[in-house]
Amino acid sequence: MTLVDAAVDMTTALGAAPIPSPVLTASGCSAFGQELDPFIDLTAIGAVVTKSVQLRARSGRPTPRMAETPSGMLNSIGLQGPGIDGLLADDLPWLAERGARAFVSIAGTRVEDFAELAQRLRGVPGVLGLEVNISCPNVESRGEVFACDPVAASDVVAAVRAAADPAQPVYAKLSPDVTDIVSVARAVTEAGADGLSMINTLLGLVIDPDTMKPVLGGVTGGLSGPAIRPVALRCVWQVHQALPEVPILGMGGIRDGLDALQFVLAGASAVSVGTAVFNDPTAVARVHEELAAALAARGFGSLREAVGYAHR
Amino acid sequence: MTGRRGQVGPLLTSPAPRATHRPVQRVVEVARRRPVGAYVELVLAAPDIAERSEPGQFVAFAVGGPTSAHLLRRSIAIAGAGDGEVTVVVAPHGPGSTWLAALQAGDTVDVVGPLGRPYPMPADGTPALLVGGGYGAAALVGLAARLRAAGSPVTAICGAASADRLSSVEELGELAEVVVTTDDGSAGRQGWVTDAMAGVLGRVGVVYACGPMGMLRAVAEGATAAGLPSYVAVEESMACGVGVCMTCVLPVVGEDGRTRFSRSCTEGPVFGGDRVRFADVGALPWDVVGADAMGVVAP
Repeated sequence: MTLVDAAVDMTTALGAAPIPSPVLTASGCSAFGQELDPFIDLTAIGAVVTKSVQLRARSGRPTPRMAETPSGMLNSIGLQGPGIDGLLADDLPWLAERGARAFVSIAGTRVEDFAELAQRLRGVPGVLGLEVNISCPNVESRGEVFACDPVAASDVVAAVRAAADPAQPVYAKLSPDVTDIVSVARAVTEAGADGLSMINTLLGLVIDPDTMKPVLGGVTGGLSGPAIRPVALRCVWQVHQALPEVPILGMGGIRDGLDALQFVLAGASAVSVGTAVFNDPTAVARVHEELAAALAARGFGSLREAVGYAHR
Repeated sequence: MTGRRGQVGPLLTSPAPRATHRPVQRVVEVARRRPVGAYVELVLAAPDIAERSEPGQFVAFAVGGPTSAHLLRRSIAIAGAGDGEVTVVVAPHGPGSTWLAALQAGDTVDVVGPLGRPYPMPADGTPALLVGGGYGAAALVGLAARLRAAGSPVTAICGAASADRLSSVEELGELAEVVVTTDDGSAGRQGWVTDAMAGVLGRVGVVYACGPMGMLRAVAEGATAAGLPSYVAVEESMACGVGVCMTCVLPVVGEDGRTRFSRSCTEGPVFGGDRVRFADVGALPWDVVGADAMGVVAP
């Protein structure tokens, strides 16, 4: 594997921030990174994309929070987390001490929440950039999800870009649960997003045939895992075709190097591995090795040459 | 009263400390397989996991092979660890556990472990009561051995719905005085483990349990009422087993008296029995840390 690594230049970037590997964790699938430390070298992966943080500590939703589905799962965690104070006091220093890069996912229910989070994260050691989780209900628009409204999504991204550290790239994380993902992608890019993370989970439901009630405490949940991979890949393809200059962090059901390769060929310059980590805690590091081998086997000298290759 | 409803006065337990060793991931071979009543006992050739294991910890299996459509790990308590081997008792019910139970000697399986916090040990020589429900009794075998080695007299109560759903009675019998109860009377005394507890609580200093949630609640409440510390190992369903998915949480009272949604995998599976708010499992009480941010307000 070392020989393969030497042969293929795997370096890439999130916006203007260089990273040594194109494979990252996915928000909500690796907590704040610490739990994976026994299994992988956190400094060697692209970045730890944190669980979404909000201004206040959140308990998350009552259980049951998870239902296994064919080649995937439904989750309804409710963004359990320590809040920005806890993140700044404990989790980010822990990553920074080890030299691991953090791509911090931020979430909120009003535009000002997002902006305040971005402001609090300015200049924090180890924070490579921000991923804006706009798949949250907007309390000022009767709970409509920001990501489903190009205007609301743009308002959030513009506010975050204005408040954030100029050295930290801002990626908007898009929801596939929209009629036209390209129009949302275009809107948030024009609002200042340095890149796009795609996709978030798809909204789903499981009913228990015995109780005849929804399985999850939160009724509906987000579908993730290999079951959504073709949907995610289609979204990456469409957006890269329309906006070829916009960097994409691709995700949705990536389990091995060939899955990651598909996202790169469709236009992603980096990928996140999410639900597969539940199956294999080494998945992020393994996918890097497998992707490097797959690129070498196809004659690519660097990851960058392969980005968007399927369109050419 | 701040945390546990109905609790008056100080708690009798401290949160279980972390394990000594970090987990490892290995592809291991099934050394032996043995049907035991309704269950299947698997012995894995897993020296790296065996040498790190402490009683109360568990392992998490990937199921169905590398192309499986079942992505989530199956977590099962360690029933024994030694001589390079790890033993688990599998209760087949869903597709994952049925796949595991069908493994044969010589088959390989991807396993992560040891995971979770072990049972804390009492002062040497403290008489202990161990209560196991169904296959949960398997998790108590290693603990019984360690307690005996530390000079503790051990009494074990094994209960199940019926004789074929008992587990580890023989193994525990070599280490402890064992009482068996079954709901239908097909083995031992007819009745529940809590019926058998009453006569034992007066002569022990600590209670340990593993089994279904309803039984753990009854055992913990019985121990607390008798003024005894209890430690329970829960069997919540987990997606990952290593602490990243946040699906296996329970409302648990922390050292500071405040209740948090705590992960059964990394903050458990062993919790102080008087720290788990059993009545609130599946709910979001207003006094859980961060409930206010979810829109739940104090009454």
